[in-house]
Amino acid sequence: MLDIPAELKYAASHEWMRLEADGTVTVGITHHAQELLGDLVFVELPKVGTTLAKEEQAGVVESVKAASDVYAPIAGEVVAINTELEAGPEIANTEPYSGGWFFRLKPADAADLDGMLSAEDYARELGA
Amino acid sequence: MTAPRTPLQPDSSTSSATVGVPPRGTPLYQSHLDAGAKIVDFAGWSMPIHYGSQLKEHEIVRADAGMFDVSHMVVLDITGGDAKSWLQGILANDVAKLGYMGKALYSGLLTPEGTVIDDLIVYLAEDGYRMVVNAGTREKDLAWLRKTSEGREVILTVRDDLAMLAVQGPNAINKVCSVKPQWADAIRALKVFQGVAMGEWFVARTGYTGEDGLEIMIPATEAPAFFSQLIAAGVAPCGLGARDTLRLEAGMNLYGHDMDETISPLQAGMGWTIAWEPASRDFIGRAALEAEKAAGVAMKQVGLVLEGRGVLREGMRVVVAGAGEGVITSGTFSPTLKHSIAIARVPAAVGSTAEVDLRGTLTPVRVVKLPFVRLGKKVFD
Repeated sequence: MLDIPAELKYAASHEWMRLEADGTVTVGITHHAQELLGDLVFVELPKVGTTLAKEEQAGVVESVKAASDVYAPIAGEVVAINTELEAGPEIANTEPYSGGWFFRLKPADAADLDGMLSAEDYARELGA
Repeated sequence: MTAPRTPLQPDSSTSSATVGVPPRGTPLYQSHLDAGAKIVDFAGWSMPIHYGSQLKEHEIVRADAGMFDVSHMVVLDITGGDAKSWLQGILANDVAKLGYMGKALYSGLLTPEGTVIDDLIVYLAEDGYRMVVNAGTREKDLAWLRKTSEGREVILTVRDDLAMLAVQGPNAINKVCSVKPQWADAIRALKVFQGVAMGEWFVARTGYTGEDGLEIMIPATEAPAFFSQLIAAGVAPCGLGARDTLRLEAGMNLYGHDMDETISPLQAGMGWTIAWEPASRDFIGRAALEAEKAAGVAMKQVGLVLEGRGVLREGMRVVVAGAGEGVITSGTFSPTLKHSIAIARVPAAVGSTAEVDLRGTLTPVRVVKLPFVRLGKKVFD
């Protein structure tokens, strides 16, 4: 069962992005990504204030079975991180698109979002 | 996100015979689908990796009762006048120790060079022996067993007509007895590492989790109904994911990871499974092991504990100050302890600490004796 909300943007590396009302972009990992990893046990997030280039490593997720890097899908400055994930990484399993968000970016260029995958593109990417 | 760097391959020793062949299901395949399993290919078999959450399944086995389909493992009946003398020649442990009916023995099967072909369990049966070997080593093992028994009065019968369920956890035996009340007395009378035949069924008090429990061999056609009855009795179906974290906490080896044909049992924590006495028993690999012992065994198996963040993984480099380097052979996050643990092969001179190359950072870890967890409790200091 693929859960790919239509209103979000996606990266082929399995991050999702949501444009917020204040112009920032919230980033997390997709339902498919958390399913691939299985039960998450540690999440490492970037520091607030870090400037990330597009596709730069922004953090790490460790599940029982594997470790995986998380990337900044677009360039920007980290303005918030979800500290709840540090104590409860399983939230990214249960609520990947809401409570399980990873970090929020102030985009270097808001137009970068337009170049990202739509829900339909991402579904095709997954061969669905 | 990158593709997971260390995908769970609980058995990397898939025999070449299964390459290119679509994976096959066990007699319980449909039961797994009905129970909501996520299925993966494991050693040529379609097996449940979990039924929703590996962590929950792990916890259920430590606290209550869970069951694992292990029908992919190979059950072998051994009969004939030379069965005992042949087994005494090919196993590092000695079947002469099997003092009563149904008693089980854990043993390594070794090459002449003293390395591990497989690890197995052998039971004393009414008319000979019953052996259980790993799924991933099936073809290799059968070829070796046939080769070494050539010209002897030994009959090997592969029991692919049997399914096997491991029911494990503090309440496992009670729940099995509630489903099979007519067998309850016989099951409750079993000593640890003993089995009993019940007609075509075979019930053994063995397991791979560090908990009490049973491994039950069942005629394949009867397995799905039994599986359903156990679910109704409150036994949770559990996948290979939890099986791996449970056995690692219990400090138990997994073939193809903690040992293989490049590793001596003396370096893989299997020294206790070698029967040196009587000295006259010349089993395959004995001379090589004696030479290794005489020269001094270079490496040994230990447990590693990382109490901070991060997860120790198979293949990571272990640095022992002043003694050299070793390697993690199995690593995971321990659901019971809430931090990472690993089994490693390190220089024998290791002390109480070491460092692990954790994704480019040398990170201090504690070195402990295995196991980490037994009967639901932490057992190391």
